[in-house]
Amino acid sequence: MIEALINYEFLQNAFASGIIIGLIAPLLGVFIVVRRLSLIADALSHVTLAGIAGSLFLSQSYAFFALLNPLYLGIVAAVTGSVLIERLRRLYKHYEELAIPIIMSAGIGFSAIFISLANGFSSDLFSYLFGSVSAVSRQDLWIVIVIAIIVITFLLLFFKELFLLSFDEEYAKASGLPAKWVHLLFMIVTALVIAASMRIVGILLVSSLMTLPVAASMRLAKSFKQAILYAVVFGEAAVILGLVIAFYLNIAPGGTIVVTSIIILLIVLIGKKIWLSIVMKNEGGSVV
Amino acid sequence: MNAPYDIELNNVSFQYDQTIVLKNISLQVKQGDFLAVLGPNGSGKSTLLKIILGLLKPTSGDVQLFGEKSRDFKNREWIGYVSQKSNAFNTGFPATVFEVVESGLVKKTGLFKKYPKDASIRVEKALQSVGMEKFMKQSIGELSGGQQQRVFIARALVAEPKCLILDEPTVGIDHEHVQSFYNMLAHLNREQHITLILVTHDVDTVSNQISHVACLNQTIHFHGFKNDFNQISDEDLQAWYGHSVRKIHHTKVREHND
Ligand SMILES: Nc1ncnc2c1ncn2[C@@H]1O[C@H](COP(=O)(O)OP(=O)(O)OP(=O)(O)O)[C@@H](O)[C@H]1O
Ligand SMILES: [Mg+2]
Repeated sequence: MIEALINYEFLQNAFASGIIIGLIAPLLGVFIVVRRLSLIADALSHVTLAGIAGSLFLSQSYAFFALLNPLYLGIVAAVTGSVLIERLRRLYKHYEELAIPIIMSAGIGFSAIFISLANGFSSDLFSYLFGSVSAVSRQDLWIVIVIAIIVITFLLLFFKELFLLSFDEEYAKASGLPAKWVHLLFMIVTALVIAASMRIVGILLVSSLMTLPVAASMRLAKSFKQAILYAVVFGEAAVILGLVIAFYLNIAPGGTIVVTSIIILLIVLIGKKIWLSIVMKNEGGSVV
Repeated sequence: MNAPYDIELNNVSFQYDQTIVLKNISLQVKQGDFLAVLGPNGSGKSTLLKIILGLLKPTSGDVQLFGEKSRDFKNREWIGYVSQKSNAFNTGFPATVFEVVESGLVKKTGLFKKYPKDASIRVEKALQSVGMEKFMKQSIGELSGGQQQRVFIARALVAEPKCLILDEPTVGIDHEHVQSFYNMLAHLNREQHITLILVTHDVDTVSNQISHVACLNQTIHFHGFKNDFNQISDEDLQAWYGHSVRKIHHTKVREHND
């Protein structure tokens, strides 16, 4: 493995972007989950797919798009989608979640059209759906690095505002927080993370990488800081193990990463149950 | 520099879609006032507070905070808030009591900045004032409703506001703590000259501490000193509210009994 990593650039790209994504996806995922926005990640990933499918389609007829990394159009689509979701959520104040199926179906609809126009699935498209160990280019890695810098800067600058906004939106607004803007920025950053994660885990599984590690960490965390720490640890473990398995067995890493996350989640759930019952028994014992 | 009023409403009206909730409200609150807002369910008390806090925009009329138009008012951290439903939050939220109270310092700290070094001392002090300092490291979701409510009060206190707005803060708090909570409010009011606006159905318990009363039912039927409120006839109250609101003479009765 180590040897292969030294010898093959594509593996370096895959592992480096994987490790970065294993950090930023669960990091943002904590906020997404506590704000009950998990489904938004799904909607945005399908919009990203529309952008990528569009770019792949256009590349057949225009030289410009043939040279352009399809990820760019994917990012543009994701960011546009995130802004639209925000607008829709404000339009349907009492049915905020309605924005999600609207944007999601728009994303799937456009994807279907572009994929058909481009004459079906290319192998390229398959790697965008389920991720790939071999398809990550140096350029993709650079895009991931730039996005990671944006995301981490955003979280450092707005950490306390995001916490308050997630915990108690009304109180945040009453204390004069520019809630609308922080929220919009948050959605845009989410779109960026989704676009960045896509090369590795694939569009269909991006949202799992943002939510599964958080689901596990929430069972253990007492504080918000712990929730973040555990989520990142679980996310990294899933990505690294998943990539290694994907490489050896030659399967799409999206699948191995997500299944690893699910196994981690199960271990946490069962482990906690067992631990609780041991504690109960001990306490019962000491009373008697 | 010093505005005559901390909070001033001029002819404020408000409606949700079709229903008129508040009509021509004018209200002035001076620094150091301890105002109890009374009114039956649905009389617009919470709505009034949300307008003062800038959470709702009045349909007409204007709101002045510390002498500035509410729209231009930048020092929101001067006004602390405990909402009526503050313990209706997502109880699975992974946060400690400390983290929740600390988040009350967000506006005071400013955008892009870290919490100040003395944040933990401030948090501890705020928690002490509601008797919750022992729970600092606990998850907020593991506390009882009344304990959570006290944490939210601490969150409102931690930024040392000049004015504190409380919407039925004692709902769910047991009797013993209600008394000490009101004593704490009175202390803040007298020693630190914090202006207090308190929505409550519990006039009896708080009557010794408050200085002013406002009777609200869509419009303000009465706003003045507590003693003047005591002179209001039951018939008038009946006419404003459609039923009687418990009045403050209860304390007098109690004093006689003692
Ligand atoms: N979001 C809303 N949309 C439409 N109408 C609302 C909304 N919130 C409140 N109302 C209406 O406004 C009126 C005043 O409500 P408000 O919550 O201010 O009353 P309140 O005096 O605080 O009552 P309570 O004692 O029950 O807390 C009520 O008639 C209510 O039906
Ligand atoms: Mg109310």
